[in-house]
Amino acid sequence: MLHTINKSPFGSNSFETSSRFFQPGDPILFIEDGVYTVQADNKFSKILAEVQQNNPVYALSPDLDARGIGNIADGVTTIDYEGFVELVEEHQVNSWL
Amino acid sequence: MEEFDDDEIVKKIMHVMRNAPHGTIYTYEGLEMILIMAAYDQDISVAFVDDGVYALKKGQDTAGIEVKGFAKTFLALDGYDVEKLYVDQVSLEERGLTEDDLVVDVEVISSAEIGKMMTEQDVVIQH
Repeated sequence: MLHTINKSPFGSNSFETSSRFFQPGDPILFIEDGVYTVQADNKFSKILAEVQQNNPVYALSPDLDARGIGNIADGVTTIDYEGFVELVEEHQVNSWL
Repeated sequence: MEEFDDDEIVKKIMHVMRNAPHGTIYTYEGLEMILIMAAYDQDISVAFVDDGVYALKKGQDTAGIEVKGFAKTFLALDGYDVEKLYVDQVSLEERGLTEDDLVVDVEVISSAEIGKMMTEQDVVIQH
């Protein structure tokens, strides 16, 4: 199951909450304001690193670019819209709001 | 729509309630969606997570804020064969609540258990 997260972790608990529900191997994709989560060395770096032990983590590059986020956490894969579509094709989607 | 009855498709659909009941309309709208889907005999489950657990809090009296209360509607779900109500244990405990504080019979289970059920659904809808 693909989990998408579209809210900044600073204004919403979507990321922290959803991370309790992830099953091992589920891909996690940050989009829209959710991409602030993967900026390197922020308050959520530790929990992100914990998630990465069991789950592949992606961030949508157009959303990173739009927000000027260049320095992202190690191990996060950036993808474009085509990659987003491929993930959606391969998985059921759980769109956390 | 005779064909519709013959080709009845039942999907497993989980609704995830994550907002408190009266500050926004998410929970009320979600409840309406559940009732509509139940009318089509879908396999519905509902998970209450984060502030969503407040929707089930006993003793809600909305007369003073002049909106219709809908906590009791959750009691009526049983009549629509919506019986799979799950509450995230962490969310309940974080708010200092126990199962006795809730208006309906629910299963209080772990986030991991709910997470596993999510992967078994055809559709997961977040509210």
